[in-house]
Amino acid sequence: MRNDLILRVIAKLLIPFILLFALYVQFHGDFGPGGGFQAGVILAASVIFYALIYGLDDAIKVVPEPLVESMMALGVLIYAGVGYAGLLLGGNFLDYFVLDPNPVHGQHRGIFWVEVGVAITVSGVMLKIFYMFAARGKSDD
Amino acid sequence: MIINVLLVLMAFTVWVIIQSRNLFGVIVLGGIYSFLMATVLVAMDAVDVAMTEASVGAGISTVLLLGALYLCRSEEARPMHKPWLPFIVSVAVAGVLVYGTLGLPEFSDPQATIHHHVVPRYLNEIQQEVDVPNVVTAVLASYRGYDTLGETTVVFTAGAGVIALLRRRRKGRSS
Amino acid sequence: MISGGHFTYFITIFLMIAGLFLVIARGNLIKKLIGLGIFQTSVYLLYIAPGKLVGGTAPILSPEFTIYSNPLPHVLILTAIVVGVATLALGLALVVRIREAYDTIEEDEILAVDSAHETEVQTT
Repeated sequence: MRNDLILRVIAKLLIPFILLFALYVQFHGDFGPGGGFQAGVILAASVIFYALIYGLDDAIKVVPEPLVESMMALGVLIYAGVGYAGLLLGGNFLDYFVLDPNPVHGQHRGIFWVEVGVAITVSGVMLKIFYMFAARGKSDD
Repeated sequence: MIINVLLVLMAFTVWVIIQSRNLFGVIVLGGIYSFLMATVLVAMDAVDVAMTEASVGAGISTVLLLGALYLCRSEEARPMHKPWLPFIVSVAVAGVLVYGTLGLPEFSDPQATIHHHVVPRYLNEIQQEVDVPNVVTAVLASYRGYDTLGETTVVFTAGAGVIALLRRRRKGRSS
Repeated sequence: MISGGHFTYFITIFLMIAGLFLVIARGNLIKKLIGLGIFQTSVYLLYIAPGKLVGGTAPILSPEFTIYSNPLPHVLILTAIVVGVATLALGLALVVRIREAYDTIEEDEILAVDSAHETEVQTT
């Protein structure tokens, strides 16, 4: 699809808005529908869209494979890290009210970091699975 | 009501999926089915679930199925014999399920048991305990945060499993 | 008895049976996976339908509304959807590997190739 002008122009116009929408869904998930899972999937979908229009090699140059693989693990580590922070600060595992002198603010912090971790893992995994499927059919020797 | 119309459309889509043999058409119909499902979920006030179903079911599932179809490159073969035994088994299971659902509460019954145990506590006390307006996010991330940790680990394991299955070794194709 | 209030359950049962039929009666592996997906979505419907209250609204707290639909099934089904797509991804990776090993994705042909191999191994 490199040579199709309309597709390339529309993709260039749309992809920043899709990324912005993914960030909006992520951070506005406390006040409306949304949250970590939806935001992670929309983020992965925007990079998949770029890969479909401009080719897999260009997409791998923009979001390289080591970055995607470390994103997969980083999200789970952030989530478990929030759990352990609750343990170290005096409460039980995954207690949020100890994260801040005001327990309600502690809940806000805990929910924020937990959703960030979920979004990072989900977007990394979806993107990595797409990369694996797309790269499998390429080396037909 | 709009919900009943959409449900009938979903049933018709599934009927066409069963009959069709062209796998590309079946996958596109699966995407249509997921979008209809997301609309039904919005009509049932489940907005978070609808957004997840639309993005995951109609987006990522269709992409992965099309990728796998491109790698497999086939069409469904004509079945050798009529599937009578599976049909009888399905009808029998359907009969048992219909008998079971006669005991379930009516659609939108306010006295149903589901509204009684933990949910009043969530809806009444979220304001002073967590102060996050979206109840689903608060329950998912705070009250039931341990389950969400398990789910994130499941997603990570799926990614690791796909890497293990589809990785290429250096010397040529591994089979 | 059977009234309009149960129509949702009947459609749910039809979708469940259609998914089950696709899994056990069709031989193509990709179609089996699609049938499994249809079965899973019918279970989502089974959970969320009893939670809806006519006259209620989505469970996002706001000063203008007093009746909310039940948020607990939404939480459970959110997890179920994501686990479902993880299962689908792994299943499709297996289908791709099977295709490369057997050169077909029809169940009868795979079983025929396997039993031919077994008789070959037994006679040598």
